[in-house]
Amino acid sequence: MLGRLSWAAIPVDQPIPLLAAAVVLVAILAVLGWVIVKGYLPYLWREWITSVDHKRIGAMYVLLALVMLLRGGTDAIMMRTQLAMAFHSQGYLPPEHYNQIFSAHGTIMIFFVGMPFVIGLMNFVVPLQLGVRDVAFPTLNSVGFWLTATGALLVNISLVIGEFARTGWLPYPPLSELAYSPDVGVDYYLWSLGISGVGTLVAGINLVTTVLKIRTRGMTYLRMPMFCWTTLASNLLIVAAFPILTATLTMLILDRYLGFHFFTNEAGGNAMMFINLIWAWGHPEVYILALPAFGIFSEVVPTFSGKPLFGYRSMVLATMAICVISFMVWLHHFFTMGAGPDVNAIFGIASMIIAVPTGVKIYNWLFTMFGGRIRFATPMLWSIGFMVTFIIGGLTGVLLAVPPADFLLHNSLFLVAHFHNVIIGGVLFGAFAGYTYWFPKAFGFRLHEGLGKIAFWFTFTGFYVTFIPLYAAGILGITRRMQHYDVAAWRPWMIIAGIGTVLLAIGVLCQVLQLAVSIRRRAELRDLTGDPWNGRSLEWATTSPPPVFNFAVLPDVGGKDAYWTQKSRVNQAETRDEPRYQAIEMPRNSPTGFVCAFFATVMGFALIWHIWWLALAGFIGAFATFVVFAWRDRDEYEIPADEVARIDRVNIGRRRELSGVAVSAS
Amino acid sequence: MSDLELHDRADVAHGDEKEGRIGPRLLGYVTGLGLAILLTATSFFVAGTDLVWQPSIPVALVVLAIAQMGVHLVFFLHITTGPDNTNNVMALAFGILIVVLVIGGSLWIMANLNHNMRPMDQIMQMQR
Amino acid sequence: MIAAAAPARDLDHVHSLGEHLGPAPKRIVTGYGFWIFLLSDMVMFSCFFAAYAVLGGQTAGGPNGAELFNLKNVAVETGCLLMSSFACGMASIAADVRNQFWFQIAMVVTCLLGLGFLSIEFHEFADLVARGDGPSRSAFLSAFFTLVGCHGLHVSAGILWLLTMMAQVFAKGFRADIQRRFLCFALFWHALDIIWVAVFSVVYLLGSGT
Repeated sequence: MLGRLSWAAIPVDQPIPLLAAAVVLVAILAVLGWVIVKGYLPYLWREWITSVDHKRIGAMYVLLALVMLLRGGTDAIMMRTQLAMAFHSQGYLPPEHYNQIFSAHGTIMIFFVGMPFVIGLMNFVVPLQLGVRDVAFPTLNSVGFWLTATGALLVNISLVIGEFARTGWLPYPPLSELAYSPDVGVDYYLWSLGISGVGTLVAGINLVTTVLKIRTRGMTYLRMPMFCWTTLASNLLIVAAFPILTATLTMLILDRYLGFHFFTNEAGGNAMMFINLIWAWGHPEVYILALPAFGIFSEVVPTFSGKPLFGYRSMVLATMAICVISFMVWLHHFFTMGAGPDVNAIFGIASMIIAVPTGVKIYNWLFTMFGGRIRFATPMLWSIGFMVTFIIGGLTGVLLAVPPADFLLHNSLFLVAHFHNVIIGGVLFGAFAGYTYWFPKAFGFRLHEGLGKIAFWFTFTGFYVTFIPLYAAGILGITRRMQHYDVAAWRPWMIIAGIGTVLLAIGVLCQVLQLAVSIRRRAELRDLTGDPWNGRSLEWATTSPPPVFNFAVLPDVGGKDAYWTQKSRVNQAETRDEPRYQAIEMPRNSPTGFVCAFFATVMGFALIWHIWWLALAGFIGAFATFVVFAWRDRDEYEIPADEVARIDRVNIGRRRELSGVAVSAS
Repeated sequence: MSDLELHDRADVAHGDEKEGRIGPRLLGYVTGLGLAILLTATSFFVAGTDLVWQPSIPVALVVLAIAQMGVHLVFFLHITTGPDNTNNVMALAFGILIVVLVIGGSLWIMANLNHNMRPMDQIMQMQR
Repeated sequence: MIAAAAPARDLDHVHSLGEHLGPAPKRIVTGYGFWIFLLSDMVMFSCFFAAYAVLGGQTAGGPNGAELFNLKNVAVETGCLLMSSFACGMASIAADVRNQFWFQIAMVVTCLLGLGFLSIEFHEFADLVARGDGPSRSAFLSAFFTLVGCHGLHVSAGILWLLTMMAQVFAKGFRADIQRRFLCFALFWHALDIIWVAVFSVVYLLGSGT
């Protein structure tokens, strides 16, 4: 009746997960209780959970990412403390537990921190920058978000009910096959990522269509902000790469559930095929994460240098070159699997070639800064920190791209240091820069600048103190995923890395503190003009936060940096006549996304535990939700012209009033 | 916004065609069907016959398959090379590139891997 | 509105000057988004094709394609799917001129041909499994069942979608949003025939020659 689910699934004999689960449960109940007691539930349902507004969905994506950052970070702290003490000792984490921790850490950080963070920022910003009202498929957008949340939920449930995979964040066969991982861990991984993968694909389709088909009048491709170009490239990669992930995970599911032989040791299976296919997805994945971060820097650096972006066209070319070449390098993740020198050489050379367009971007950012009036606000600090850090990470990457070197360094902590270097230095720093930069636009008040700077310095320093020792230790021979070690030469490096972890943790906590303090002090930090940074693109032309329809009248664009041009015209005392207001049709909110995700969660959980009747019920429920959605008669509501006029007049009036006030922030 | 406006705009929805009248459209589908039947029959014939030089059969089948896909794309899906179709064609080109890289790349890599690192049960079979 | 209520003006000359008129109409946006989805689906199929190509020789002492495939059945399946694509094209024309009767007839024909395809394929699979040559017999058979079966699943989903479209058009007529959905369905159905061309060429025709 309940498949293989039983009371034994709850880890009563393991104090650490039990404690963690208890803490999380208490936190969830507390938040839920507060929401219900204060009567916020109808508001949350109406304005957030069923919202199809890209601004709301983007904010929820970022919130999911930040919460999961705490979980993934906790896993990291546990790993580093374990290694700091596990010299000639077993530490405090037994191997079966340690293996789940590093697997969960990687899975959560990539799929439920990195992806939601960049997708959330792209969702929020791109329609505003393109001068339009929403993405191409708003309800689908909501479905995509809630399916991603389903994946995150399933991974976290594995902490309490059952266990997680012990295979690392990519479940290589034959270890991940039924013969060697008969328990539910790998199944949690497979269904969680399978479901959230659908969500990500949906977001990819949405954003590609938006950038290519939904731009305001006059915004030709070469007048789009750079962030929109990187959004296009990143989402083209999502559309092209995520089906590979889906197919490969499906093949592993078929092996485990129906006795197929894609990757098994017997009956002709080929485990190497899994590694080949999974990295054909895996390499584009890292560019899916990095390209939006590059786009964020292309917005932040010009704004805080007071100059237009240097070399726009070369940036576009570099972005699209990275997009295409990223599909030609994936073998460098398994040089040591034995394809031979010719194959290794070609992919090694391609991996070095792909560093060139990124170098072009770095030079363009530097030339943008050169001769500008630089303001060292928090977003700019993150950007400069990125430039220094990412270059180091990129260099070690090019080093690893040399196959003979990789044969020594593959799967050592040198590799681990490299990819954390580029992901933290590139993606995380970019995400924090974007978060700080666009927060005022989303919520109407700035984040506390002082705490932002403190958070930056702790995170920046903490990164170096944690990961540079890992480069050294890696060269000295320590492999990744080790639960304990006996080599004395590695010990000092592990201890220093442990200290660095504390610094990183303080940095992250400062971000949390910054958010809390900013919310408390939001009256003082309010953004009244809608343009707190003296920005250059169209999102700064709206109020903070923008009205639901973004722009009362879609703007007419004549060149790059559309808003900057608008501002210069205004400064030349050209007054604009009031625009002719028309009624605006906006998409209706819909519970489709949330309900669909609910059924997907039920179905995923049931499949993991082999509760077949429940899985079928979940599937039918999800399908029924779609049919009900497809059957609705009214999918839009109208905002009458006078209401649009009223809102817009208030906004314009306020901006005119304040245009005498100095615009720039710090 | 009426769908007739579709034909006033320069851009064309994917799967739509510019031609509005029924007669020529019907003819388009019939032509496509005819060509497809011809190509399919040729494929089946080539695969089963002794009249063709045997080593050329795989190549012939691939070429015929590509031709059939082309017929579908042009006559049923209305992909053309006009300026209104640019986005559609570019997306298709990108898709084809990825498919070629995935299949071709995988075949090349796996062939090399299998040669150097033969899977266990193949080694066992060789021992027998 | 997302596809903005752009007044019908200046449509004639500006597009050729490379100017951008504003957000595209809904039909174009929907069609393009679905086209992108189809391309992603093709990439997924290409992975199954790659797996089939790599594992095709791994029969683990069991039967290979030449021993298993019945090309007469494949020819009938191909005919069914091709004719159903044509019927779907007829339904597209009927939808554009808003002729309920011919639309429903064409959709019924499409459906019956699709079901014909599925029944032949289902019997083929059932026979193989009954003989012990199911997907767990060898890597080759795993890859075969997955590739061809994935296509069959897509066709089954397509049939469900087809029936839903028939019901919607019958109940609500040729409303703009229903027309957009039907455009997507037609794209889907034709794409399935394109994938079938690859399947019967690579799997059945090439495979039966081993």
